[in-house]
Amino acid sequence: MNYRIQIFAIAGALVAVALIFELIRKRKLLEQYSILWFVSAVILIVLAVWRDLLEVIARVMGVYYAPSALFLIALFLGVILFVHFTLVISKLTRQNVRLAQEVGLLRAELEELKRNTSFASKQVKREENEQAEN
Amino acid sequence: MTARIRKNADVLVVIPAYNEERNIGTVLRKIHSLPDPPDVVVVNDGSADRTSEVARGEGAVVIDLPVNLGIGGAVQTGFRYAVRKGYRYAVQLDADGQHDPEELHRILDPVRAGEVDIAIGSRFVADTGYRAPLMRRVGMVILASFISRIVGCPVRDSTSGFRAYSRQAFTFLAEHYPVDYPEPEAVVLLARNGFRIVEVPVKMHERLNGSSSIDTGRSVYYMIKVLLAVFVESLRARLRAEEGAAA
Repeated sequence: MNYRIQIFAIAGALVAVALIFELIRKRKLLEQYSILWFVSAVILIVLAVWRDLLEVIARVMGVYYAPSALFLIALFLGVILFVHFTLVISKLTRQNVRLAQEVGLLRAELEELKRNTSFASKQVKREENEQAEN
Repeated sequence: MTARIRKNADVLVVIPAYNEERNIGTVLRKIHSLPDPPDVVVVNDGSADRTSEVARGEGAVVIDLPVNLGIGGAVQTGFRYAVRKGYRYAVQLDADGQHDPEELHRILDPVRAGEVDIAIGSRFVADTGYRAPLMRRVGMVILASFISRIVGCPVRDSTSGFRAYSRQAFTFLAEHYPVDYPEPEAVVLLARNGFRIVEVPVKMHERLNGSSSIDTGRSVYYMIKVLLAVFVESLRARLRAEEGAAA
């Protein structure tokens, strides 16, 4: 394999790992969403460093130029990440709907409560006035 | 409050409303002028107009959703309210005046009699004087045959939003309700989980003001989406054991 492409692949993966790590450190990225990123980056680093393994995988996949196999694997990992994101988004959407519904229901409950208490307090006042008159 | 027992005190009418300030008042007045008016909750689905104020002005309980959830999320909010308030029956009715509150007893009676869990007010069971646009009619026929096959009993108007539910049925839907174009999907979901469904002929009107959420141009998209959703739904695992359904 061409050494230059190997260096670029390793450097790219390292930068990705550093970026993810920095984002977690600044609390901009939750750990639970970063695991897949780390796993992907580690796989790419391993394949970029360990050339023989990449050659074997490339041969099994029927790819003649080994770095192409690396691109294909990177693409595949990217797709897995996208699926993961859409799963997360779906979960968030469901939770959002529940929360919005709950806010609406609680607001209605609060209104009812306010109406009842203002009615009750008026009644108490009226009774107090009547007692005072007597 | 007087202690007089009202006949429909155990019924909650759920009206999902999105920008229906021109129609909601008429619908609510019609319900209130019924001989046995049921309780009404209007679920205001983040309207930009005065839907909420108009409904409150007519004395309805209004649930204002902080964001627009779409018809599915709005109706489900109503079911959750019905569950918490202990109603025995829930009726879904559109805010646009298509459904005639005077027909309410037609869909409520079979559920009240315990014959079924869901009664759907249909414009096709008998000739009730409703004429939909041609494209929409074709779509509805395809959808109807598809859904009837999955459900195992004829449901010709699966998109109808005029329905009565038993407590068991709306309690189930309070937890599981399809979101996007929920009516046909809900029919399949309920049938698959052992709820008994019947279609009842009702009169339907053209909506009073404004345009429907599904115009002719979008009905093809709607059809494909609904068919896909219904098909996927029919492949899902049942959420409820069959034994519980008969109770």
